[in-house]
Amino acid sequence: MSTFNFPESIRSRPVYGTLQAQVGKSHLMIADAHGAEAVLEMAAKEPAMMAQSHIIYIPKGTQFGLQIQALKPAQYYEGPSYAAAVSRIKRVLSDAAMGLQIYLSGTEGLIGQAQYEVMQAGFDYTAIQTEHRGSVARRMQCVHCKGITEDVMIDPFQCSHCGLNLFVRDHYSRRLAAFQGVCIDAEEPGNVPLSVELYS
Amino acid sequence: MNVPAPNSTAPKLTGAEKIDVTITAIVPLNDLVTRFEFKRSDGSLFPTFSGGAHTVVEMQDGDRKRLNPYSLMSDPANRETFAISVRRDDEGRGGSLFMHNKVKIGDPMVISYPVNLFSLDLRARKHLFIAGGIGITPFLAQIKQLVRTNGNWELHYSCRNASLGSYVDELTQKYPHSVHIHYDDEKDFIDLENLLHGQPIGTHLYVCGPKGMIEWVRSTAGAAGWPTAHIHYEEFLAPKPGKPFAVRLAKSGVTVKVGAHESLLEAIERLGVEAPYLCRGGACGQCETDVIESDGAFMHRDHWLEDEEKALGVKIMPCVSRFEGKTLVLDR
Repeated sequence: MSTFNFPESIRSRPVYGTLQAQVGKSHLMIADAHGAEAVLEMAAKEPAMMAQSHIIYIPKGTQFGLQIQALKPAQYYEGPSYAAAVSRIKRVLSDAAMGLQIYLSGTEGLIGQAQYEVMQAGFDYTAIQTEHRGSVARRMQCVHCKGITEDVMIDPFQCSHCGLNLFVRDHYSRRLAAFQGVCIDAEEPGNVPLSVELYS
Repeated sequence: MNVPAPNSTAPKLTGAEKIDVTITAIVPLNDLVTRFEFKRSDGSLFPTFSGGAHTVVEMQDGDRKRLNPYSLMSDPANRETFAISVRRDDEGRGGSLFMHNKVKIGDPMVISYPVNLFSLDLRARKHLFIAGGIGITPFLAQIKQLVRTNGNWELHYSCRNASLGSYVDELTQKYPHSVHIHYDDEKDFIDLENLLHGQPIGTHLYVCGPKGMIEWVRSTAGAAGWPTAHIHYEEFLAPKPGKPFAVRLAKSGVTVKVGAHESLLEAIERLGVEAPYLCRGGACGQCETDVIESDGAFMHRDHWLEDEEKALGVKIMPCVSRFEGKTLVLDR
């Protein structure tokens, strides 16, 4: 099962729901990896929406592409990475009209970055449907060197840019679409607890 | 350093801070609407405000004090003059009639600091305004604000007929490409579904006008898939008359009789009991009051409480809501 129940945390931490088809003129779904399952489940309940749907999917090594295409969305794009897909996402949003419904599913990194683009288009983030599926890895910013590392799975984590030992916080930035990593051994350099996998 | 003691005897503020003003101009616009302009009595400047803000005007009508909210429709950057436009309501409770019939140039009045419950969402890529009748007033200030900041906006303004179209000439002359006027008597109505269709993403929709128009715009936009966060509306409710009723105020230890043409909030204030308020129109939530005991029926009329809260009968908004029954005890 690709779902995960995140423990309750501080207010800053994003919370996700379950994708539900909304009334609208058109639909945009952006998903990565196991996020495809959330799209498939929503489409199974509301197959008619596919005629007005544009799906942007990043498989990240999973095998859902053919199943998604079989839904026969009005438009389908499959890309090798978020970076490859983002120019298309920006273009789709710049041409979009009100009445569009937006659904994001998959990893927190995908949801956060796509949400950022949606917000840049002037669309309220509270009106976006989101569902977390798959990896619980995080996109994280080192608050010291500002370097961003994708898919962080352990805490503490050594910054891949500046090498500081970072405590991976639940403190989240919608603007950066990243969790914040803060130096864990500033007071006593070298005193770093053993790294453990997130949520282990 | 002079720090006020924590148990300072300074009166607790109910409502926004007050400003003493003098009426400097009274400009009739048409048969129903008149503009009133204020300057500060002490000659100083007004605070700035943001488009959509209102002020609560205090009217001393004989021994009766009325407090009515009106949208500020002057330029938010003009700190010398505040202006409101008041539509005469012959059937109303008398506030607008007082303004139209009794107020003279040079009269001193008291108004509140501006409070904005209908502000622009400045993240919007485009502001789409729908006005009905006197509902044009908040948009007049918002348009002036947006013109100064090069905002992207469009107004669709529906009036009964040309002679009652307040500010139509000014708007169409200054902004011929952004203002669209519709007259009911020419059977020219806003084609809302077409108007909403194809609006660019990031558009925010604002509506101010009669209750029916607000409901029509909100439900049409909702059905077209517009998120509620992109739909803004303002409707000040005037308290409606009703049967007189008695209320016990538990904290103050007094019982007050609310008259037929008086609101619960006005009755509480008449006894000198301090009660918080801001908009006095059922919108802001400031006057929310806990019900300690009740035996009877509530006439909830506000836009603030959730339907479940209204059904439970444990809270009431005394600015617009009433009660009919045997007993009502409030935590005030």
